[in-house]
Amino acid sequence: MTVSVKFFASLKDQIGCDGASVEIGEVATAADVWLQASGGKPMPDNVLVAINMEYADRNAEVGNGDEVAFFPPVTGG
Amino acid sequence: MAVEVREQAFDPWREMADYEARQTAGAYGATAVFVGHMRDFNEGDAVQGMTLEHYPGMTERHLEAICGRAADQWDLLDTLVVHRVGDLDPGDPIVLVAVWSAHRKDAFEASRFIMEDLKSEAPFWKKERTEAGDRWVEKNTPGY
Repeated sequence: MTVSVKFFASLKDQIGCDGASVEIGEVATAADVWLQASGGKPMPDNVLVAINMEYADRNAEVGNGDEVAFFPPVTGG
Repeated sequence: MAVEVREQAFDPWREMADYEARQTAGAYGATAVFVGHMRDFNEGDAVQGMTLEHYPGMTERHLEAICGRAADQWDLLDTLVVHRVGDLDPGDPIVLVAVWSAHRKDAFEASRFIMEDLKSEAPFWKKERTEAGDRWVEKNTPGY
């Protein structure tokens, strides 16, 4: 299946891109998507995950066509 | 309810006046307003400017959900949230949260709730410009 990956803020700098389209097996979690999209970098403990713009656990399963976003703790306001 | 993420600088008091003109005079007895501005200092360093990044789509959706939860919890007449993104200078308004209600308890408590949830959950990220270079702000300080 194919998922759309997005990186924000400091993660975008660390990974070196703001996102990618990733091909991954039919059963995959957000953490699996991170590994594939980041080139095997370990995911820092404080990374937040959103699937289709809703907060999700890093071990949540993703589906074909999902948008999976990774970002650091938020600092707005 | 209105939620807006804006690239351009805004005057929170003009926003307030314009939005309050839509309210029904006599219906609201309380208006609670919070305005956050960009400081020129953080963690002991002078800060020359800031870039605010967001997640288009998710940020707006999350802000609307926060206001919806506030409306479920308190008796509110209306809510306005405006948040800046892009390049900011010290002193620029960053965020406006305003709540209208019949009585002050609902307006005070709901505006605080919205602001604290925005600080801890809404996807925005600040990058500061200092003499030593640019740096991402790592986390917000707890408000309570």
